[in-house]
Amino acid sequence: MDKTKKLDIKNILINNGIIVLLMILVLYVSITVPTFRSFRNLMNLAINAAPRVIIALGVSGCLITKGTDLSAGRAVGLSACLAGIMLQKPDAPGKIWPNFPQLNVWIVLIIVMAICAIFGLINGIVVSFLNVPAFIGTLGMQLIVYGIALVVTNSVPIGGYRADYISVTQGKVGPIPLLFIYLIIAAAIFWFVYNYTRHGKYMYAIGGNEVAAEVSGVNVKKTKIIIYITAACMYAIAGFLLGGKSGGTSVNMGMGYELEAIAACTIGGVSVNGGIGKVSGVIIGVAVFELLKSAMQFMGLNTNYQYIAQGIVIVVAIALDIRKYIAKK
Amino acid sequence: MAEYRLEMRGVSKSFPGVKALDKVNLKVRPGTVHALMGENGAGKSTLMKCLFGIYHMDEGEVFVDGEKVNISNPDEALHKGLAMVHQELQPVPARTIAENMYLGRYPTKSVGPLKVIDHRTMNEEAKKWLDNVKMPFDPKRKLGELSISQMQSVEIAKAVSQEAKLIILDEPTSSLTDNEVEALFRIVRDLRDRGVSFVFISHKMAELRRISDDITIMRDGCFVGSWEMKNISDDEIVKQMVGRELTNIYPPLDNNPGDVLLEVNDFTSIHANSFKNCSFKLRKGEILGFGGLVGAQRTELMEAIFGIRHTVSGEVKLNGNKLDIKRPQDAIKYGIGMITEDRRGSGILGCLSIADNVALASLNQYLEAGIKLDKKKIEELVQDNVAKLSIKTPSSKTLIQALSGGNQQKVIISRWLANNPDVLIMDEPTRGIDVGAKYEIYQIMIKLAKEGKGIIMISSEMPELIGVSNRIMVMCNGKITGEVSGEEATQENIMHYATQF
Repeated sequence: MDKTKKLDIKNILINNGIIVLLMILVLYVSITVPTFRSFRNLMNLAINAAPRVIIALGVSGCLITKGTDLSAGRAVGLSACLAGIMLQKPDAPGKIWPNFPQLNVWIVLIIVMAICAIFGLINGIVVSFLNVPAFIGTLGMQLIVYGIALVVTNSVPIGGYRADYISVTQGKVGPIPLLFIYLIIAAAIFWFVYNYTRHGKYMYAIGGNEVAAEVSGVNVKKTKIIIYITAACMYAIAGFLLGGKSGGTSVNMGMGYELEAIAACTIGGVSVNGGIGKVSGVIIGVAVFELLKSAMQFMGLNTNYQYIAQGIVIVVAIALDIRKYIAKK
Repeated sequence: MAEYRLEMRGVSKSFPGVKALDKVNLKVRPGTVHALMGENGAGKSTLMKCLFGIYHMDEGEVFVDGEKVNISNPDEALHKGLAMVHQELQPVPARTIAENMYLGRYPTKSVGPLKVIDHRTMNEEAKKWLDNVKMPFDPKRKLGELSISQMQSVEIAKAVSQEAKLIILDEPTSSLTDNEVEALFRIVRDLRDRGVSFVFISHKMAELRRISDDITIMRDGCFVGSWEMKNISDDEIVKQMVGRELTNIYPPLDNNPGDVLLEVNDFTSIHANSFKNCSFKLRKGEILGFGGLVGAQRTELMEAIFGIRHTVSGEVKLNGNKLDIKRPQDAIKYGIGMITEDRRGSGILGCLSIADNVALASLNQYLEAGIKLDKKKIEELVQDNVAKLSIKTPSSKTLIQALSGGNQQKVIISRWLANNPDVLIMDEPTRGIDVGAKYEIYQIMIKLAKEGKGIIMISSEMPELIGVSNRIMVMCNGKITGEVSGEEATQENIMHYATQF
């Protein structure tokens, strides 16, 4: 009896090893560096986390269906550039499209979502109809999207945004940043879709056993295409928000975000073997990652070392995830 | 020289709950072809796996050329001169013939401090052995360019090159054309005349008659007997293969088939060696059995009707109306359900709950306002099915992979019942399920038939086929070769039709 209990605790510790270790780190930094636990820093964390959660939510659907989407980061970049170009002030210096009409900021968001959705649609078709492995298909899309961003911007940094763009991305409701509110809305919608809709059930079914899902009448191809389109729309939103939040952008915006998002999903329990993953897990995964980055900054760790630490976290997290899967057999 | 090239004495092997082999004997004379026959599941493959050390036999002895041997893995078997050509070949098609023949034992030469593969020697040696079995192939050709029968010949050449004295051929002709069979037989006869022994596992009586010198028959894991081929008639072989009493008990088959429900006409696969020109009718309230040997293409035919496989011809009529089925969704829409053969591969969603597994095919019925799923109604559906089919589970949230095979199968049956289909195709519905759960599944099938549904059951277990079918269609080699019912539904008759190659 005693022994099994001990074993359980050991298993829980190993299975959530990354989270446990990071919590210890966060605790340590909170005690030694008081500013780390200030409200200000907390809100900073939330602002940084918001676009990343939105990207990770998008990727999570691909991961749950045993796919992936490596075009995420570059799609974020393209979306930030396009939104930025369309929302430059009429008198911004070096305005890229000087004659572009001044559209409502939300209409611009819808336009960039629609553009990214096309790339998502192509990803979905390539993965489901052409049976190209998602890793390769979306890798190609990553390059294509980056190339388009280069063509559109000619590698010129974009700035001089309109006030309304700045206010919907940098604004606050009381002390709460708008970005955090967007995060909550996105998470709520995804939670509903994943738990209370046919599409969500089909998604988990495809990840659990694609052949069985097909035999049971699930339109696997359609479901996957919807997933990749949804994901691309999320990248568009994230890019729109990131651009505004930074007050300017360049083609390199979002570079590598896809890997961060995939890693965050995995840390949060989205299985790379498909069929498993929760919205809460995705949020926890991103939060853990952001806390790690922030804690390392507050400890005064050189940024160069931070990359090494993040890399280790990703590998260990996925190794632990696989371990869970093997143990189940 | 010893009297027997290979002698297996009193080999027994048990798996949890099953005695797979019970004191089986096999004696193969030098320079002969020895046929090994038996129904699906008679234990032929298990016996061979014991010989090659893939399974560890519980008791029994093996002698090669009169010398007692202990073989614990296929590599050791090869050193004793035993080789096997598998039913499903495992070659590396993208590499050359020579590389496949010398896989794992490439000849090497030294270049300075390095050991590199000696391609020239390898190709020359390969050529020599290929010529030896009279196959004039260029060893540098990609293996994938060859036909299946030629790949088999390469496997045989490989076995000969390893100085095999006994070669086991496991259903070598199952996917060959007549001409290819001839070519294979020529090689076998030639090697036999040079003293190599063969064990030939096959269901095809006519072929065995032509190639074999001796025959050993197995049934239900037991040794039935060995004969010289010339001393035993075909009828006698069939009788010895199936000669067991019906010991399993089945629920009373008290359903009454009515009018024609489903009509299947002229189904032909896009693949040449799959099902051809298959037509049959299914009545309301009928359980229609589909019998045949493994490879008879029964599963393929049913999957084609259900929209999983492609056809060049074929039409399905339900209640007289022609159906247009291109994919499973269409079949489901028309009221056809299918429980697939491979429960793990295409049935259960292992990492999901029982509730998710039950509701998957009928989620459309539980939409509120077109979007939100009514979880309460889904839970009712699941609870209803758990009670009706007596699925033993702690809760509806339990992962399906935690259940026993029988309970998993009941969950899959529930998935289809939730759709209330008119036709339910069940492919090997009781495979890998214990006796008690089998009986329950038979009861469910008969109950569904009484409700007026049409049930198609593919089964490779003859007693089950006879015990729970109102009528039985028998397939062989992609064709429907016979139909039996009532008094005529005997194991001998089914076996007769199942071997009409």
